Amino acid sequence: MAESQGLLLAVEHLTMRFGGLTAVQDLSFNAYSRDITAIIGPNGAGKTTVFNCLTGFYKPSIGRLTMHVDGEALLLERMDGFRIARQAGIARTFQNIRLFAGMTVLENLIVAQHNLLMSASVLSIAGLLGLPRYRSAERAAVERARHWLDKVGLIEHADWTAGTLPYGAQRRLEIARALCTGPALLCLDEPAAGLNPRESAELNELLLAVRAEQEIGILLIEHDMSVVMGISDHIIVLDYGRKIADGTPVEVRADPDVIKAYLGEDELEEPPEVTAADLNIR
Amino acid sequence: MAALVATLLALPLVGAQTYDIGGGALGIRTHFDWVAMAAAAVFAGRLALHLQQRLRRGREMVDETVFARLAVWGNRRALPLTLTGIAFAVALPFLPFSSRYLIDLGTTVLIYIMLGWGLNVVVGLAGLLDLGYVAFYAVGAYTFALLARHLGLTFWQALPFSGVVAASFGVILGFPVLRLRGDYLAIVTLGFGEIIRIILLNWSPVTGGPNGISDIPRPSFFGLPFAHSAPEGVTTFHQFFGLEFSATQRVTYIYFVILALALVTNLFTLRLRKLPIGRAWEALREDEVACRALGINPTNVKLSAFGIGAMLGGIAGCFFATRQGFISPESFTFIESATILAIVVLGGMGSQMGVVLAALLLVTLPEFGRAFAEFRMLIFGAAMVAIMVWRPRGLLAHREPSLRLVPKSTRVLWP
Repeated sequence: MAESQGLLLAVEHLTMRFGGLTAVQDLSFNAYSRDITAIIGPNGAGKTTVFNCLTGFYKPSIGRLTMHVDGEALLLERMDGFRIARQAGIARTFQNIRLFAGMTVLENLIVAQHNLLMSASVLSIAGLLGLPRYRSAERAAVERARHWLDKVGLIEHADWTAGTLPYGAQRRLEIARALCTGPALLCLDEPAAGLNPRESAELNELLLAVRAEQEIGILLIEHDMSVVMGISDHIIVLDYGRKIADGTPVEVRADPDVIKAYLGEDELEEPPEVTAADLNIR
Repeated sequence: MAALVATLLALPLVGAQTYDIGGGALGIRTHFDWVAMAAAAVFAGRLALHLQQRLRRGREMVDETVFARLAVWGNRRALPLTLTGIAFAVALPFLPFSSRYLIDLGTTVLIYIMLGWGLNVVVGLAGLLDLGYVAFYAVGAYTFALLARHLGLTFWQALPFSGVVAASFGVILGFPVLRLRGDYLAIVTLGFGEIIRIILLNWSPVTGGPNGISDIPRPSFFGLPFAHSAPEGVTTFHQFFGLEFSATQRVTYIYFVILALALVTNLFTLRLRKLPIGRAWEALREDEVACRALGINPTNVKLSAFGIGAMLGGIAGCFFATRQGFISPESFTFIESATILAIVVLGGMGSQMGVVLAALLLVTLPEFGRAFAEFRMLIFGAAMVAIMVWRPRGLLAHREPSLRLVPKSTRVLWP
């Protein structure tokens, strides 16, 4: 079905309108497994809107979003948000971190494995009775959580309340939580926003390690050019909802349109953007 | 200064009382002594407040209140405290100072504790503000009353039915309010509570309308009724055990029934909290959007919270019906919902021990206040305000994680 090996996500002619405002217009791109695809663009270019369409928070006005999982093609625009996460295996993080702040770090990661544990607990009955089947499932879940905690360097803070962690740690925890769902595609919305240079270098390492270890595609929205240029295999540049460039970091950096629209003008540090799309999902 | 203001205010409010002097005319009786008392009270209060502020500044202890320390201490000694509490509750009817009144009061407290634990699932864990919880209590009570009247079911036979029927009502309420949160949800649930009460009031052929349903059977002890004299062929409890008949036996038995029900409720909810479903409830309370992004179906999670909360309310209702022997819509007014919610909020959302403490306080405080007659609701209100000022997150606001990576005992105390 997929024209090339490892095609994970195909976005075709995606258009999203909010009333008279066209946030994304006729966008097409592909994302591949074991690839890091970055979406960049100036503030308000419609990057987060693309994410929200992919993860079912918005229904696209026009377009087809196909996710290829286990040889099956799933049409995302027809699925509920929670089904996209459950069946299509798309996990995401949010621009403004959305952790379960009152729960502990470990609990955050266990909640991410809800569906797995829920089926093991058989409508909670096996769980209520403490049957071995549920117990072993829970132990496996804790092990998986431990694995990712170790990877993101939060193992000592496992029993802390998530909301009390420092900002950078909360970002890493959100990524770990998304990874705990065992996704095929990991969508990260500005993972480096608010991180210092050392932390974003660690983030790069983490993402490369994840890609090397898991059969997983990463889709990334980012402002931080050191992250984007350093690790992306593939960059898509948006401006006013249109795709103006698509290619490897080297190609994109040389593209005159991109330089004009984005890199040439404001490569400096920008405050995290807030688009109409962000305001809507809250 | 404050006392002066109080005097001025109190003069018309307290100082003068109208009384009927016959022939439709009203006379005025003055109570200057009351005014003086009010002024003195305000003066004393102000003085105490002032002194306390001084003291506080001196010691530089601002937010360390008694309850904060109690919560920490209670958490560290959770198990022994719980066991002592249960032991006391079990021993209560046999203590030398206990009386029928005390056991009755204990039963009422336990009903509210059970209701509080049930509502805690919905409000404390799932974060869905439910102002109509009493509806499920009513549904449970009426289910038992009707089953007993028409099918002759006994209390123990009807108990599961009450739970199931109430749970289905919970799910029915859950559907239309899935998209609502916070204030809007509160309004709809409030409306639902009133709808149920009004249906009970007006559907006379089934519910008996305002007259309610009477002659609801009392619970029996493994088939042994608590009666002075039984019909032919039935052994009563006191005959079977060769005891002297006394009405206290039944009251005590009822007390133990609700104690058992409440304890089962507690174990059940504590266990649920540690299961994926319980964690999903809490996650939903924290962030619904994130839940959806993790593949959790918010519909199922909300409906299960409503359903299980309602089931516990229904079981409590069934018990209420058998205890009273008579139910009418009077017993299921909004004030009940408000009281149960107050218990959950005062206790500290999601805290099981907090519910116990708050229920004790809320039920017994008006009882102690009886001496003050008409002022008791005033005292009650003042106590509530005081708690909310000093402990805005509830008496025992402390959350224990549902599982830990490092077991508690080996862990260094978390700051």
